[in-house]
Amino acid sequence: MRHPMFWLILAVTALFAGLPAIGGDVGLRETLFLAAVAIILASNLNLMIGYTGYVNFGNIVFFGLGGYFGVWLTVVQGWPLVVAVLAAGCAVSVVALLFGLGILRLRGAYFALATIGINEAVQALVSNLDVWGGSTGIYLSVAAYQALGGARQALWIVYFLVVAVMAASLFLSWRIRSSKFGLGLFAIREDEDAAAVLGVNPATYKAAIYSISGFLPAAAGALFFFKNGVIQPDQAFDLTLSTEAIVMLMLGGQGSVAGAALGAFLYEQLRGYLLTSPLFSDFHLVVAGLLLLGIVLFVPGGLMGWLTQRWPRLRGKLE
Amino acid sequence: MFGVLASMMDGVLVGAVYGLAAIGLTLIWGVMDIINLTHGAMIALGMFGLYLLFGHLGLTPYAALAPVAAGGFVLGVVIYWVAVHRVIRRPPLMSLLATFAVNMVVIGLGTAVWSTSPYNVAFSVPGITWHGFTFTGAHILAAISSVMIAGALYLFMRFTRLGKAIRAVASNRQAAELMGIPSNQVLAIAFGLGIGLAAVAGGLIATLFPFTVLSGDDYQLKSFVVTVLGGLGNPAGALLGGLVLGLIEGGVTPFIAVSWTPVIEFVLFVLILIAFPQGLFGRRAER
Repeated sequence: MRHPMFWLILAVTALFAGLPAIGGDVGLRETLFLAAVAIILASNLNLMIGYTGYVNFGNIVFFGLGGYFGVWLTVVQGWPLVVAVLAAGCAVSVVALLFGLGILRLRGAYFALATIGINEAVQALVSNLDVWGGSTGIYLSVAAYQALGGARQALWIVYFLVVAVMAASLFLSWRIRSSKFGLGLFAIREDEDAAAVLGVNPATYKAAIYSISGFLPAAAGALFFFKNGVIQPDQAFDLTLSTEAIVMLMLGGQGSVAGAALGAFLYEQLRGYLLTSPLFSDFHLVVAGLLLLGIVLFVPGGLMGWLTQRWPRLRGKLE
Repeated sequence: MFGVLASMMDGVLVGAVYGLAAIGLTLIWGVMDIINLTHGAMIALGMFGLYLLFGHLGLTPYAALAPVAAGGFVLGVVIYWVAVHRVIRRPPLMSLLATFAVNMVVIGLGTAVWSTSPYNVAFSVPGITWHGFTFTGAHILAAISSVMIAGALYLFMRFTRLGKAIRAVASNRQAAELMGIPSNQVLAIAFGLGIGLAAVAGGLIATLFPFTVLSGDDYQLKSFVVTVLGGLGNPAGALLGGLVLGLIEGGVTPFIAVSWTPVIEFVLFVLILIAFPQGLFGRRAER
């Protein structure tokens, strides 16, 4: 608990929770809400891409499915929000385990393609599920927020819950990184066959991390779409958002806890700026694309990779 | 019964175009082990290229295919040198992201120019009616064009020096270098060919269905399905895969709601990836 990373995560969480709460600043809260969701997606994606070396291109399927489970449980089944969010996380973890047992036998580009296929298959399936409203989705009425003391108060509660999920994501990433389990994942990333020879069971490890990396994004999805007021298939399983999570990870530096969070935060700020600026609003995809290309070609280690190369002593502090 | 049969045959006609698009994707994978995520954007550019040539210069759509292909080839070579050259033989994440970045730029520019409203190429060709079921002329001509272009590609790869050089680099880049083949230039040409095929396929699709800037993504996903059906890196398999996908689409349409078709396609896609990663039509021998 003396590790600087512990205090860093605690400080970031306190800032996220405290800054908008002190002045009751709703605008700041909305900005930080999106940043926290981005950090959750990027951190959990980091467990797959950065730690294990498996490119989960369709990672948004966790977020979308979690959203559907969460909204359906709260609105249609009338469960309390927190219980529904946890249940959504568990349900998605189980689904991810089942998917994982199938597709984790694939490696490299084949795995990436399969994850895209799963996202599209789930989206197409959900669009046809009448229980979940088919292609029109599920709408929340104002009454859905009554249990939390009205819409205004509900938005604050959802915000604090998202910050809690963000803190959990960061702790999870950090603890896994320094655990025996994490070392096994790194071994798989470096050389899967050698790892198997050394006594790491790749199948179990990969299935476990795939399932774990689905839990918190699913919880975040449940909260996001509860706040959003509506959930629709093309919005919940948007492959662009999936790729943006990868961009965030690349920007910050894959494999690093602080990198994933920093990349997510910066990318979300940049996107907010581009979308609102009159000059770039039409071209925000172009700017983001050029940024991504620049990172891939010239700084593949991302921000953290570049920083730790310049100041090697940072490595011990931030990892 | 005739209805189902006719629907399946019509599906095969459209499937030939899917096959052509997928050949572009699979060629690039086979030669340089890169999954080209610019594929959808290039299909979209092909659509709009044909739309502009037809609408503003008054070319017939089928005559416009040649300039669309040439433009796609040149653009492909440029993209190769800018974005792809440096990520060859790096981990798959890098090439996926580099090509996706180009995709974002192209789609971003396309959206700014054409917005996301639908366009269509209003050109009608008399069709053939058979037992009360009409095969539109556009479907028939698109299928014929696709098969002819695929055939031309086969002859090119099989019998020309450049085609042989591409196959040599694909099977062993180092040995090809030792035989005096400039492998960087050959890879650039192969990438250009793949993009050219995507653009032509996009042009043909534009003659069949209305389209938007974002339509390319749907056909990119179809190309993935087709490529996996035929085996990644296998052009002949891709054409067959396209026909199979068309057959499935045509075969299920009379029985279930259209919205279930993608469910079947993608479940099939994932299952085939898991069970037969080499595709349904044999191994990667021929590429």
